Amino acid sequence: MAAHRCGLSLVCILFFSSLAHPSRCDTLEKANDNTATKRSISEVNTDGSVAGEDMNERQWQSTDVEVNRSDGTKNSETFTPAPAKDQFQEELVIRPLHSGDIYASFQFRTLWDTDFLQEGQKKVSHYRLFPKSLGQVLSKFSVQELHISFTQGFWRTMQWGQPFIPSPPGAELWVWFHHTVSDVDGNWKELTNVLSGIFCASLNFIDMTNTVQPSASFKPLGLGNATDHRFLRYATLPREIVCTENLTPWKKLLPCGSKAGLAVLMKSEKLFHSSFHSQAVHIRPICQDEQCTSKAWELRQTLNVVFDHYTSGQGKKEWSLFKMFSRTLTEACPLASSSKVYVDITDNPEGELFELSPATPLLSQAVVLGDRRTYSVYDLTRAETFGQLRSFNLLLRWKGDSGDMLRPLLHAERYVAGFGLQTGEIHTVIYNNHPYRAFPVLLMDSVPWYLQLYIHTLTVTSKSRDNKPSYIHYQPAKDRHRPHLLEMLIQLPPHSMTEVTVQFERALLKWTEYTPDPNHDLTSRFFFKEESSYFVRVYTEPLLVNLPTPDFSMPYNVICLTCTVVAVGYGSFYNLLTRTFQVDEPSPPLAKRLANFIRRIRGVPLLA
Amino acid sequence: MGLFMQHLCEPDTLCHHFLMVCYLAAIVWFMGLAFEPFTLRTYMSENAMGSTMVEERFSSGERALSLAKEFDAHKRKAGGMPMEWLVKAMQARGLEVFTQSFSRKLPFPDENKERYMVRGTNVYGILRAPRAPRTEALVITAPCSPGNSNNQAVGLLLALAQYFRNQIFWAKDIIFLVNEHDLIGMQAWLEGYHHTNITGYSPLQGRAGSIQAALSLELSSDVITSLDLILEGLNGQLPNLDLANLFYAFCQKLGVLCTIQGKLQRNDWDTAEGYTHAAQTMMLMVLKQACGRSWGDHGLFLRYHIEAASIRGINGFRHYKMDVATIGRLLEGMVRKLNNLLERLHQSYFFYLLPSLSRFVSIGYYMPAFGLLAVILLLRALDLWVNLGAPALEAVDGVTEAEQPSGPGVLTVLTPVVISHLTGVALYLLPVHLQEMAVEHFPVSETEAVVLTAVAIYTAGLALPHNTQRLLSGEGTEQGWKVLKLTALLYLAVLLGCTALINFSLGFILAVTLVPITASMTPHMPKALSALAMVLLSPAFTILYCVFIYQELIEAPVSVSEGWMLFLSVISQGILDHALYGSLVYPLLALFIYPCWLMFWNILFWS
Repeated sequence: MAAHRCGLSLVCILFFSSLAHPSRCDTLEKANDNTATKRSISEVNTDGSVAGEDMNERQWQSTDVEVNRSDGTKNSETFTPAPAKDQFQEELVIRPLHSGDIYASFQFRTLWDTDFLQEGQKKVSHYRLFPKSLGQVLSKFSVQELHISFTQGFWRTMQWGQPFIPSPPGAELWVWFHHTVSDVDGNWKELTNVLSGIFCASLNFIDMTNTVQPSASFKPLGLGNATDHRFLRYATLPREIVCTENLTPWKKLLPCGSKAGLAVLMKSEKLFHSSFHSQAVHIRPICQDEQCTSKAWELRQTLNVVFDHYTSGQGKKEWSLFKMFSRTLTEACPLASSSKVYVDITDNPEGELFELSPATPLLSQAVVLGDRRTYSVYDLTRAETFGQLRSFNLLLRWKGDSGDMLRPLLHAERYVAGFGLQTGEIHTVIYNNHPYRAFPVLLMDSVPWYLQLYIHTLTVTSKSRDNKPSYIHYQPAKDRHRPHLLEMLIQLPPHSMTEVTVQFERALLKWTEYTPDPNHDLTSRFFFKEESSYFVRVYTEPLLVNLPTPDFSMPYNVICLTCTVVAVGYGSFYNLLTRTFQVDEPSPPLAKRLANFIRRIRGVPLLA
Repeated sequence: MGLFMQHLCEPDTLCHHFLMVCYLAAIVWFMGLAFEPFTLRTYMSENAMGSTMVEERFSSGERALSLAKEFDAHKRKAGGMPMEWLVKAMQARGLEVFTQSFSRKLPFPDENKERYMVRGTNVYGILRAPRAPRTEALVITAPCSPGNSNNQAVGLLLALAQYFRNQIFWAKDIIFLVNEHDLIGMQAWLEGYHHTNITGYSPLQGRAGSIQAALSLELSSDVITSLDLILEGLNGQLPNLDLANLFYAFCQKLGVLCTIQGKLQRNDWDTAEGYTHAAQTMMLMVLKQACGRSWGDHGLFLRYHIEAASIRGINGFRHYKMDVATIGRLLEGMVRKLNNLLERLHQSYFFYLLPSLSRFVSIGYYMPAFGLLAVILLLRALDLWVNLGAPALEAVDGVTEAEQPSGPGVLTVLTPVVISHLTGVALYLLPVHLQEMAVEHFPVSETEAVVLTAVAIYTAGLALPHNTQRLLSGEGTEQGWKVLKLTALLYLAVLLGCTALINFSLGFILAVTLVPITASMTPHMPKALSALAMVLLSPAFTILYCVFIYQELIEAPVSVSEGWMLFLSVISQGILDHALYGSLVYPLLALFIYPCWLMFWNILFWS
């Protein structure tokens, strides 16, 4: 009954504007550094109504930037002729969730104004804020864009709404290679092995049997309109367990490590005592300035945690930085040009849901996933934030009750139907809860070869009517070489439930192909994207699919039996064959011997 | 040599005695299985559950009881499942709550439980494991039964949910399910969860991956003196023995009195009473398993390869009282161990009999008992085969009758076979389909109509030989019945063999009653006496005997008329179980065993 996991995710991407958006937002960021949360591409949207505060912030930040830049120039002058201007920004967004849980999202953003993919710039030996280990990897393997995430737990859309950056359970890696790369598969193979070393993870288990090249589901998030999916590789490892050994190398990539700044909050015993933990690294090329004359590298390290109010709150719904992380903040990272803590107060305009202390006059607004959110901002570069105690401990006291389950706009779930070990059916149910809007969704599914899909049984039904996908891309699996890949563009009618089903048969594996825990699981993947003014990615749960498993104790029994037979049978037979037999004189009885002894002493002839 | 073989298995020959010895040996072997020195001590095979003893801390027994009272009050008010209250109660404990409504129409009214059109709601809450990706789940269920029963189970379920929610160590989601209309609700929920449509599909929303194990709780009083473990599931399936071991281990650890088949374990195996006790326990298990119905809500899980058991609280042994908190601790311990599982439960046995909770008989030990019975059938068949071949040898000497037997043989064999099976099909189909007509013409209820139709068809089948003979053109030849008997013997051997592999108890009980009479049946025996013997050993009478033996074993003996009523209700339950949950005993008996028996009946009246 070896089983199988299938993860499904939902990605919603705006095809046309997504290319324009990132550059625009980068430009904005570059120009005045005042963006609130650079959570996702479409999120940056400074509003006129908070312009005053923005100006306020800008004042503060621009000075930081100046300092930073002068630092950068000073350092770089000594080593490199072309001044590489590095920047580092850190932020923590805390969102009290509907369910009473707390969502904490760290983002560390390092910008590096260099482009080593261009001719003549291949050899970059000087690194300042950008981690050298990653930079070397990028240049060696000609990586255009790299996204890697490690997640433990499952994002509960029904309770928590949409995450800032979605990620599937386990490890996920997708990479765009530069178009000059000739041997993409070779580079990919080597890259996964190198990354496996860097992040202390089993990424080396990524091979051709779990790698796919989606044709439509992924677009580069950064610069470069490379849309040739030959240079894209995507793989997931849903069985990967994420733990402190992955966190430590991830923290080491930060300029301040975990010594200063927001990263001091990252104590692993607290981070892993949570309902959800996800850490990610995103690297992409962006524009250096508004004209986009030269490129810069952006490294975003994100860490998302959801703390459970039941297990850690002991009934009291009260949160503080100290309670969550068992640390308080005392300073910003000295290398950071901006260091801020944001608290989402959108649902709490009058303070009726929760109470924040210390209060802050600074507010910021941003559009996150199509939703206008308001944030309280705490700037760690300002001394006032830390108060007289020289330590910043944000306290959040709940007043209201935790609500019922949400009805998120889009959510999906996935399960295996049927019983028995021969056939089964994968059901993917996608809910569109919008009252009047239909959404086009791109669904991507990659299923391992050992689930043999019957693609003719693929059905898509919405509102009990057949829903014909407008685009289908299907690549069948090759046994032991390639997984199935299925991509479909489906229109979700408003307020509907769409069900995608496909039947499969379980393959019999060779006995060496079973995992050490064959009665547990193996893996697969599923994906989605939506066309809209913003994109959401929703991952459904991975699946456990039992595979027929032989009785593995049988060989053991057989070995025991054979060994016994050989030992007993051969042993005694050999013994019989090699032993020489001779007639042994029975020794005379004791009385006789005694008699003979006395007779010998007396010199009388012995008894016979 | 042919001549020698021909007379080998005639009465008073070596072979005949050998077959008698085989039969007796089978019975003795089977009865010996309950003798303690011949059985193995149970042991935990699963590593993940063995060494990691957990510390149980559940202490909210009082809260469980007050929740039970509250539930009872709301149940009375709602006159059934208090859905809203339960949803709120589960939500307040931090679970993701879902409901599933279902409706079923029974093929005919169930008079034991007084239901016909069933409409109900299942309420379940999912405790999401922190940092686990919804791949695996454990289920704890408590039925919402009418009247006063099982309130404490629901109370304990809610108290456990509250306690479990505050723990961080869960690696699997835990589903707390309160199902209405016992097995019907459970069936609806399982079908909804796995999206299978065996008896009628009711959709369901929240899921938590593949279910690894399930425990069903039945507690009906505040004071519990012992816990009974129920393992027998649908079609005689049993959960992995490790689940029983786990229960036993925690009973030992917490000093809880535990029983199986309602019987306490005795230590005096070397006395006659001790042996009888173990034999009774084992016989009860065999009878329960043979009847192929689910003896608790857990039984339906087994089809989906989910290891499940029911735990029933018993208030009977006055001296040992335990509070609800102890049961809660026991469940906590079991669930935590199951939570530790890395793989599905698969290490231990799936086929076993339990003469007591600490002793088991594995398939390797009990199968020889059945094998000895099957050998009788096969040897008989071999004997007939050789017998049939012998005249062909003689034909070489000049008697030109050698061509004869094969020609009419096929027809003479085929006709009774087909007619018997058609009777079987009638027995399978007509009772349910003809109920309306029967109710119109006779002053009986639907249920009685169904059962009595079944009995009538069964009895009518006895008149078959005459009809068969009328259809056949010629006289039945000596060759004819031998060929028919050979076919029937092999058929019976295959049937019983397959049944015994899946459900040993059913196969063995059928073999014990069918083998002696079928193996020795010839048309030359005294008609009246053998006919009586055949009828008394027919499948229907086997069921009747089982009813009496079962009542005797559970120490509730019944009179003949009560026994007859029980027999009728057993038949109706069998038909209902088949229609509602897909139990296979009724179709097996109607479509295969009964026609096979009819073939032998035909041989007796071969003229």
